[in-house]
Amino acid sequence: MDSRLASDDHTYLPEAVQVAAKILVVGHFAVGKTTFIGTLSEIPPLRTEETMTRAGAHVDDLRGVQGKTTTTVAMDFGRLTLSETLVLYLFGTPGQQRFVQVWEDMTRGALGALLLIDPQRLEESFPVMDLVESYGIPYAIGVNYFGEAPTRPDDELREALDLLPDTPIVTCDARDEKSSAGALIALVKYLQTRTS
Amino acid sequence: MRAGDGGHDSVDLVRPYVITNGQDLPKGDEFELVTLVTVAAGNARQAQLDPERRALLELCSGGYLSVAEIAGHIGLPIGVIRVLLSDLAGSGQIITRNPVPAAQLTDIQVLQEVLDGLQTRFG
Repeated sequence: MDSRLASDDHTYLPEAVQVAAKILVVGHFAVGKTTFIGTLSEIPPLRTEETMTRAGAHVDDLRGVQGKTTTTVAMDFGRLTLSETLVLYLFGTPGQQRFVQVWEDMTRGALGALLLIDPQRLEESFPVMDLVESYGIPYAIGVNYFGEAPTRPDDELREALDLLPDTPIVTCDARDEKSSAGALIALVKYLQTRTS
Repeated sequence: MRAGDGGHDSVDLVRPYVITNGQDLPKGDEFELVTLVTVAAGNARQAQLDPERRALLELCSGGYLSVAEIAGHIGLPIGVIRVLLSDLAGSGQIITRNPVPAAQLTDIQVLQEVLDGLQTRFG
């Protein structure tokens, strides 16, 4: 509902864009997903909500149930136009198990996921890892480096997280564009090895 | 604009099922988060529409946007936006450019294009 949008050329995609690809940025609360997306996005990051109802989004069911509150969950996302014909969307959402509907929506057609972790709070990443794996989404680990805490060696992380031998581990600073892009590039290179 | 950061307008005062006239929310198949949408050429029926559909058409009249972006800009849940888009597509007022089918998305060509794009932009 922002009338400025209509005159802002950067809001819209180039006319020739044909392919919209999607990569997920996942991780536990406050691990840096929104920062990461904001750092890379060419548009101000947007937030959308999915409305959860117990009946699986049949809005009719809400009629006559006065005062019933629906649960909403936010998805943050950003956009990168990568060529005249290709646009990449980055979607981030919290890793709560109960938001199944959001995960189904997010994972449909996704190329892969960058799973951001905080090495000091590894155990908080387990539920998110379970979700990503249950949807069969290939992923790379992005160790969001906050600067103060000492980083842990990759093999220690790999063992603690019970990763496959070929799952990439990349250290990145979600506030830094080049560093964040590097993590995304590492993920895409990994995805290539799985399709060749 | 970010939903939840203030900037509320009248739309927020109407609960989603009122806006959709109580219709079931479509599943995500037709309008995926990254399905690209724009107005159809020659669309001239905006005057009879309710404020939400009119706002949606106005937003989409500037070019292509993804379903997720439309929801973000309008400030309504994705499910509601899907209902509105479904209606407007049914009456020929919007058109979509479908995302690449999931089966092809892992295609080496798309990944290579993504990689090339990222390296060009940030390399």
